[in-house]
Amino acid sequence: MPFKRKDLLGLRDLAADEIEHILETAFSLKEINTRSIKKVPTLRGKTIVHLFYEPSTRTRTSFDIAAKRLSADTYSITGSTSSMVKGETFLDTLKNLEAMHPDIFIIRHSASGAPHRLATRTPVSIVNAGDGMHEHPSQALLDMMTIIEKKGRLDGLTVLIVGDIAHSRVARSNLLGLKKMGAHVVACAPPTLMPVDLDLMGAEVCSKVDDAIPHADVIMVLRLQKERQQQMLLPSMREYSVCYGINRSRLERARRDAIIMHPGPINRGVEISPDVADGPQSVILDQVSNGVAVRMAVLYLLGQRDASRALAQREESA
Amino acid sequence: MKFREPVNVLLRNARVLDPSLERDFFSDLLILEGRIREIGPELNLGADLLSQVQSLDLQGKWVLPGLFDMHVHLREPGDEYKETIESGTRAAAAGGFAAVACMPNTKPVNDSAAVTTYILQRAREQGSCFVFPVGAISRGLLGQDLAELGELREAGAVAVTDDGRPVMNSLLMRRALEYASAFDLPVISHAEDLHLAHDGVMNEGPVSTMLGLRGIPRAAEEIMVARDLLLAEMTHGQIHIAHVSTAGSVRLIREAKARGIHVTAETAPHYFTLTDEALMTFDTVFKVNPPLRRPEDVGAIKEGLADGTIDAIATDHAPHSVLEKDTELDLAANGMIGLESAVPLVLGLVREGVLTPLQAAAKMSLNPARILGLPFGTLNPGTVAHLTVIDPELRYILDCNAFQSKSRNCPFHGRQVQGQVLLTIVDGCMAFTRMSP
Repeated sequence: MPFKRKDLLGLRDLAADEIEHILETAFSLKEINTRSIKKVPTLRGKTIVHLFYEPSTRTRTSFDIAAKRLSADTYSITGSTSSMVKGETFLDTLKNLEAMHPDIFIIRHSASGAPHRLATRTPVSIVNAGDGMHEHPSQALLDMMTIIEKKGRLDGLTVLIVGDIAHSRVARSNLLGLKKMGAHVVACAPPTLMPVDLDLMGAEVCSKVDDAIPHADVIMVLRLQKERQQQMLLPSMREYSVCYGINRSRLERARRDAIIMHPGPINRGVEISPDVADGPQSVILDQVSNGVAVRMAVLYLLGQRDASRALAQREESA
Repeated sequence: MKFREPVNVLLRNARVLDPSLERDFFSDLLILEGRIREIGPELNLGADLLSQVQSLDLQGKWVLPGLFDMHVHLREPGDEYKETIESGTRAAAAGGFAAVACMPNTKPVNDSAAVTTYILQRAREQGSCFVFPVGAISRGLLGQDLAELGELREAGAVAVTDDGRPVMNSLLMRRALEYASAFDLPVISHAEDLHLAHDGVMNEGPVSTMLGLRGIPRAAEEIMVARDLLLAEMTHGQIHIAHVSTAGSVRLIREAKARGIHVTAETAPHYFTLTDEALMTFDTVFKVNPPLRRPEDVGAIKEGLADGTIDAIATDHAPHSVLEKDTELDLAANGMIGLESAVPLVLGLVREGVLTPLQAAAKMSLNPARILGLPFGTLNPGTVAHLTVIDPELRYILDCNAFQSKSRNCPFHGRQVQGQVLLTIVDGCMAFTRMSP
């Protein structure tokens, strides 16, 4: 089945069979990462540009490794090395890079919707690597891949997402994707960190983590940023850790086969205790491994399109 | 005004809507030397007079008093690349407006007689319609010290407001209401609690949650509406609530009016036409303050218009260039242009049965003029002609590229609408026409 989309912007746009297709592709590509020579020629001659306007270690490296294992050439522009510090707008930067005939832009931006706005303005494929508080589709896909790997399915599972839901693009993409795949999603946060009307997006909303834990097949813990304390959202990090942190005693109420996930980076001792993060139920590092496979799948599927040709055609007709 | 030639026109077979007389009737209307001379069915002018006038058979098209937009941003002085008094009033005339009241958030701020005088002078030289400056409540719109309201009035300001920003300090708002009453200056409230609005970019609700955009709760507006109603009650000042956008604000104003508080209110066409769903594409043209709200708010705004809670329809015409708008939603400026799209959208309310034609005419002419204490909104014989001719039936697609405004941030571009301004007569002169002679 060919992947018909130009861009991967979010899980909101994807149908269940498209999600399945990406995940199946990821499972089939995963094996490459354990070979002694971890490289296939699939995207040889393709040019991929990372545009990261927000700090990122894991996601950028993961995309970069994925691209290189498929033999694409990659270039990286980050917030501090970009012309944005010289006052150039994001669109101008993109248009200048577009003139160098790349095939895929991988974009992270602090403003929700930034990649969506640009996707309508360029023939180059755009992969959203996280936009503001909106979506982080590759993270949700790797999370779903990990759940399938550990649980054998998504349909009928109860996934508990705990933490700063309001500011989390990971939570939104997972909620959208998991619902499409038939999972039941429970979102748990202190009410100050719960966005309004999340139930209308299909989540069961709660504020008492101990009530939700016993029913969960998957417990997805979100990172809590220290700034939240200054924004009158929380009294203290300490209190958050006491009331919402996932620790050993809380986990005793969970199912024995429940898995613990975290998109990283972890604040050890805040939203998750070290013994849980490193414990037998944790699949946090499997998520990271699957991240490379999922991103290989995404780049492979989008790379089937010939963006250079689309661009050349547009220049001819102009 | 830049027009100097009073017209001699006979409008035949018009549907005349005069809210000052509460009359909606079919008639001819004679304008001589720029003054409304006679209104009556089948006027008989005699050959001599008839040869001196331009005769237009309107075939039932509507004649309203010249429309009055009490809330526009003309951007001059300071941001002439977005709009000027010349271009903004040209857009106004094309939209059917004979007069506009312009907000003080210019550069420099209109917090002094000098700036007010400058605006009036530019309008006299280059305007296509009347311009009534609205002065600042606080010096520099900083919300700290009162501006010189007496001098502003003396120079020609017709009201005061810190529009674009709320007066967060309740004591300052109290003093403004008290002090302004000595000069018969209405105080226009931009109702927004900045702490609650925080750095929101759209209405807080299911759409903001879906899009991961920071939300502005409806309470951010309603708290300040409630406060200003209480202060108006306490001071007996004249408060006018600008750009009402929520069901809660409508309810508060309705209750206040029932209790006899001296309050008036306006809303804008986008608040009864669009909802926050428009933001789903992240298109910055839909970013406005107060933000587009939920369908239930749109319903309540319509009810408020129908039952008289909301007195006036103003456009909050807020021109911005691509520099402010072609950017990420978080960074984009608030505001949309509205002068050249208001009439067909208001006619939509008439077709829906929300407003009668006469009510619509009142909310766009007589009522705003009365709020500001200005003699507009009438077609009384003997008065200088300010009037607007509208074809209520004509269907077309709104094209902002054909607008007179310098800016293109129109959220209704490409929309199929019905009803078009054919003619605007201002101060007895032809300010705009689409009619071939």
